[in-house]
Amino acid sequence: MKAVTKAYRPISWPMKGAGGDTGTWRTHRPVVDIQKCTKCQICWIYCPEAVIDREESIVDYRYCKGCGVCAAECPTGAISMVKEE
Amino acid sequence: MKAAQVTMETGAHAAALAVKSARVDVVPGYPITPQTSIMEAVAEMVENGELHARFIPVEGEHSAMAAAVAASAAGARVFTATSANGLLYMHEVLHMASGGRLPVVMCNVNRGIFAPWTLWADHQDSMAQRDTGWIQYHCSSNQEVFNTILQAFRVAEQINIPVMVNFDGFTISHCLMPLTVPPQEEIDRFLPPHEPEWRLDPAHPSSFSNVTNAPEYAPFRQMLSDDIMAAIPLVKQAAQEYKDITGMWDGDTIDTYRLEDAEVVAFAVNSMAAELRLSVDILREQGIKAGLLRPRLYLPFPAEDIINALPQNAQVMVLDRNYNFGHPGGILAAELKSVLFGRRNDITVKNRVMGIGGIDLTRRFMADEIRAMMDD
Amino acid sequence: MTTSIKQLPDIEQVLSGNGACGGCPATMGLRVVGKALGSNAIMLLTPSCAVASMGMTPKLGYNWPCINICFASAGSSASGITHAVEIMQEKGRLQGELPTVFTWTGDGGTYDIGFQALSAAAERNDNIIHFCYNNEAYSNTGVQRSGATPRGCFTTTTPTGKRQPKKNLALLMLEHNIPYVATANVAYPGDLYDKVVKAKNTPGTKYIEILAPCYLGWQFDMSETVQMSRAAVRCGAWLLWEAENGKINFNNPSARIISGKKAAEPVDEYLMNQGRFNRLLKGPDATQRIAEIQGDIDREIAFMRERAKITV
Ligand SMILES: Cc1ncc(C[n+]2csc(CCOP(=O)(O)OP(=O)(O)O)c2C)c(N)n1
Ligand code: SF4
Ligand code: SF4
Ligand code: SF4
Ligand SMILES: [Mg+2]
Repeated sequence: MKAVTKAYRPISWPMKGAGGDTGTWRTHRPVVDIQKCTKCQICWIYCPEAVIDREESIVDYRYCKGCGVCAAECPTGAISMVKEE
Repeated sequence: MKAAQVTMETGAHAAALAVKSARVDVVPGYPITPQTSIMEAVAEMVENGELHARFIPVEGEHSAMAAAVAASAAGARVFTATSANGLLYMHEVLHMASGGRLPVVMCNVNRGIFAPWTLWADHQDSMAQRDTGWIQYHCSSNQEVFNTILQAFRVAEQINIPVMVNFDGFTISHCLMPLTVPPQEEIDRFLPPHEPEWRLDPAHPSSFSNVTNAPEYAPFRQMLSDDIMAAIPLVKQAAQEYKDITGMWDGDTIDTYRLEDAEVVAFAVNSMAAELRLSVDILREQGIKAGLLRPRLYLPFPAEDIINALPQNAQVMVLDRNYNFGHPGGILAAELKSVLFGRRNDITVKNRVMGIGGIDLTRRFMADEIRAMMDD
Repeated sequence: MTTSIKQLPDIEQVLSGNGACGGCPATMGLRVVGKALGSNAIMLLTPSCAVASMGMTPKLGYNWPCINICFASAGSSASGITHAVEIMQEKGRLQGELPTVFTWTGDGGTYDIGFQALSAAAERNDNIIHFCYNNEAYSNTGVQRSGATPRGCFTTTTPTGKRQPKKNLALLMLEHNIPYVATANVAYPGDLYDKVVKAKNTPGTKYIEILAPCYLGWQFDMSETVQMSRAAVRCGAWLLWEAENGKINFNNPSARIISGKKAAEPVDEYLMNQGRFNRLLKGPDATQRIAEIQGDIDREIAFMRERAKITV
């Protein structure tokens, strides 16, 4: 029989958005020109945030921090960083 | 039913035998006099297969406690032991154990602390850890060391708070006394397997002690403070059930001797309290109505039990084997006064510090001191 | 053959929307590590950016069981966990494949305060992987020097540029006679992935150090994290190598530099692109101080080339 107060231990559980809706941090958003995209997956692997869909090169803007690594690494120049309104 | 074994053992070996009886899983250890013999005995038991556990020979006490808390978070039953500077070196991790609610059990073999170096007993080391959030027992015999380690595991795992079992270097750790080891079935009945309701488990990922904002942090600290106080009934229950199963009794939160009609009460912990029983007899022969109150549990401080046990108008002679730097006298006296204030205004508290760095505390010396204190 | 990007597994152990800075190299590296380790692992973290990034109670941005431990104790706490899970399995309290026990630790927690416990864990050869994501400073406390900070680098505690070279910790770990040591870099994810898979499948202590150029500490634009990582390798400031049972092999592009097939690029441009060096380059003794940095790199390349020849 445990004799302790409930929820006494500092435990956390995995979830997306542990740092909040990090998309709000963006000053610029990555916009993918699908015409130029060769689906090489380079942006997918370098994105620190894991917000680029591997197959479709679609960005999850809820969490994309707008760092621009994907645009800098895209070999075909398919990603441009567009200033947020 | 197998009978209990009675052998001659040192306090250190009694501790190691308790670790074996508790079926501990992981023991990180680092040597320091006078604790070393516990680690050596455990390492030997693991090596020869007597104890199915892992002994981790770490490179220092900070690491010993760091390995202990982590192993506990992984779900293991964990023990370690240290003394003096080793305990001080662990300080940061002691807080992690309590704040993280990890039921590690540790022996601290009391020894005076550096500087200058001393090898012999006083209680500055354990009492300097007062505010780390650990439960602390202080033991006065080899048998009590054995019994208390088993009770400590039970209490720690019930309430998820680490427990320190203290006893004096050399006078207990290195002296032979008869030790009764109850049959393993009895111990298993008293101390069920450790089944933590939370552990680091890849099947159910969760994380331990992330950065925590004040609105969440403050309640965790409050719960720790509340739960430490809630250990008192569990300590009593553990002592009672241990007695029911094994027949052995060392007191629960407190231990008393000839206290009922006492006018002069000696108040002290550890081996000096065992010797004080004989001082009490000497004083009684001299016509002084003396008695003894020994807090077996130092933290949480058993305030109610002390208040209820002290006879009317008693003079309490607190014999501290430590200094309460910045205040006159010792730590136990300050603790005692704080609980009596406003509750037992009939009691007088007097205090002397003695036995520092292992100065021998004989029955006669302490009887003389108590007589002298009556005139203070 | 190095695993290609398209061959990397889908699994994501780093969850979107964690607290790391945009462009964070540590998070970038950890994603690849997660693909190699999978979900059956236990993660230990010492105080660092990785802790600041993981979310606050009760939210967690990593999909592993994680434990925050004291700064000095990555090695010893990891030992505690690995022994705990092993004995619990031996006693029948844990079923199935043993989880990989790994630390995810900064250079501060590896080179400096954590070195004693790490060295001891390696000497015991306890079954753990220690990862050091090396951003060459204490980033979390606002960019102070560490033992991994290179010479000439500005930090808040080296306000005129650090006067000493960094130490070669991967080599020090190799000298502990552990079965696997590797260096990696976030610009080369396939290479990192392969190294982590090897470490996962090797019993004993494994050490993997990942260069993690941090835009905040190094002072470049956050979109350039990968470019800066690549530049460090091209100029030889970072060497990619691995050692299985003590035998060192260099990985490309470093292998070409070591063998002399391709000269390392001069360090100037690498330094010029980072605010942490370029203040130095504007000083009156710029030529001499660049020469010192170049000297450290040249010496390290020459030393590692010779060290790799020792295979006994
Ligand atoms: C014992 C202790 N000393 C100091 C600190 C303060 N502290 C927190 S993080 C940190 C630096 C971490 O540096 P590193 O390991 O390189 O990780 P990074 O922040 O660069 O990711 C320091 C000094 C601490 N948490 N604990
Ligand atoms: S890096 Fe560029 S080309 Fe490659 S998948 Fe991404 S958007 Fe497409
Ligand atoms: S801008 Fe950064 S976070 Fe957003 S998709 Fe590109 S790499 Fe990922
Ligand atoms: S300071 Fe650097 S290492 Fe730390 S989270 Fe930001 S980018 Fe990552
Ligand atoms: Mg760092």
